[in-house]
Amino acid sequence: MKGRRRALAIEIWLPVSLLVIWWFATKNGSFLEFPPVRLIFERFREEYFFGRFSSDVLPSLVHLALGYGIAATLGVAGGLVIATVPWAEAAASPYVHFFRALPPPAIVPISIILLGLGVTMKTSIIVLGAVWPILLNTIDGVRGLDGTLLETARACQLGRRYRLTHVIAPGAAPQIMTGLRSGLQISILLMAVSEMVASTNGIGYLLLLSQQQFLIADLWAGMIYLGLLGYLLNALFNVGERVVLKWHFGARVGGAL
Amino acid sequence: MIDDNTPRGDRLSVDLAEDVVVDVRSLSKEYRTGAGVTAAIGDVSFTVARGEFVSIVGPSGAGKTTLLKCLSGLMPPTSGTVLFEGKVHKGVPSRLTLVFQDYSRSLFPWLTVESNITLPLRNKKVPRDEQRRRVKLMLEAVGLPDSGPRYPWQLSGGMQQRVAIARALAYQPDCLLMDEPFASVDAQTRTDLEDLLLRLRSEFGITIVFVTHDIDEAVYLSDRVVALTQSPCTVSDILHIGLPSPRDQLGTKALPEFAQLRSRLFTLVRGQ
Repeated sequence: MKGRRRALAIEIWLPVSLLVIWWFATKNGSFLEFPPVRLIFERFREEYFFGRFSSDVLPSLVHLALGYGIAATLGVAGGLVIATVPWAEAAASPYVHFFRALPPPAIVPISIILLGLGVTMKTSIIVLGAVWPILLNTIDGVRGLDGTLLETARACQLGRRYRLTHVIAPGAAPQIMTGLRSGLQISILLMAVSEMVASTNGIGYLLLLSQQQFLIADLWAGMIYLGLLGYLLNALFNVGERVVLKWHFGARVGGAL
Repeated sequence: MIDDNTPRGDRLSVDLAEDVVVDVRSLSKEYRTGAGVTAAIGDVSFTVARGEFVSIVGPSGAGKTTLLKCLSGLMPPTSGTVLFEGKVHKGVPSRLTLVFQDYSRSLFPWLTVESNITLPLRNKKVPRDEQRRRVKLMLEAVGLPDSGPRYPWQLSGGMQQRVAIARALAYQPDCLLMDEPFASVDAQTRTDLEDLLLRLRSEFGITIVFVTHDIDEAVYLSDRVVALTQSPCTVSDILHIGLPSPRDQLGTKALPEFAQLRSRLFTLVRGQ
């Protein structure tokens, strides 16, 4: 318990001190760029929890959930197929490497032409950016599986389905999780980016709007919101990873891996 | 536990004529490598009778593991045939299974001990009650009655190899192929596992083909020992052991016949 408290203290001392400095520096009279902290928190609460929650925050989260969910499903399933079906990699690799090489924000203009301005466009952009690390890590994870494990699966006469679900997928899981983690970060990034161009709602749209109207406190509130969202989702991800890879962490501590 | 008073030597001669489980005929294996073709197995022929314990001994790098992989169907031979219960097989035959040297990589670390044992049974659609019965039976047989809910990495090396053996036996094979299964455990554990294996073998009546580079171990465990030459290996001789059963670590190893067989095998493997 004591160790955990110390870890928490080490984690948060810097942001807390910066906030305190900011608070006192802007207490009497403020600068345009750095509004008082109290005002930022007020705007944060009003905009992101009440005023704009259903009109902007919620749609953003829906795009994120849809895009990341589809990217994760496609990436893991596609990676397993490419890594286990002979010739699948040769067939898929030109497309994989072409689309992976495109910087995700660069596909925004063409996506708007092709898909319009709605949920489909925003979700597609997230999928197109986030699917690659998931796909490539899954392929790598399957490739890196120990030969003895696969021979054991054959020696146990495991059929195709059991080999995939009980040996290959869990064996590649540590690396699949690595891919899912970078996919999540890219998804958050693209959620904001996709809403900054020709959009009428969303967190990204709200940020641009605040900037154009010189609502600096709102802008800072948006920063805090995005930062907290990323932090929270990452924490959730860690909890999930602990559950899924319980054996992996246990075996590492046990010294077996 | 089991009183093994059957005079193996007598039964063997009968079995040999009647019931051959593994029949290896002029097996050879070449690898295609960057530099060209490397021969791992030159020309190997031998048979294993039902219920027999046959060890394959050879200098390190002789191609013992390759030979075992060809026997099991994990690897196709370049030429020659392997008959299992009279039939040529593609892939691993269903009445045969393997135990590998490296237990830390052959047990699935994401499954508990119990699930490791039941996975092949679930795949084979063995009813649940029967699965549970076999897990209990086999874990008791290998001396780990309470380890079912634990993970392999929570067990010591010797215990993990016991689990691997329990998994192989729960599958109820006719024949068990073992690739240096006791090479990575300490000496004390090793002798325990050797005796365990002999006991399980008479308890469940399985045929065992056992690859090792340890000459004492081969003489102690086997009915016959196939001695291999350097790579690409051929059979240099087949020794009939004929030591009395049941064997025990002190008595058997103190017999003058044991010492003779041991030095003969040593000369065959090392002395050419």
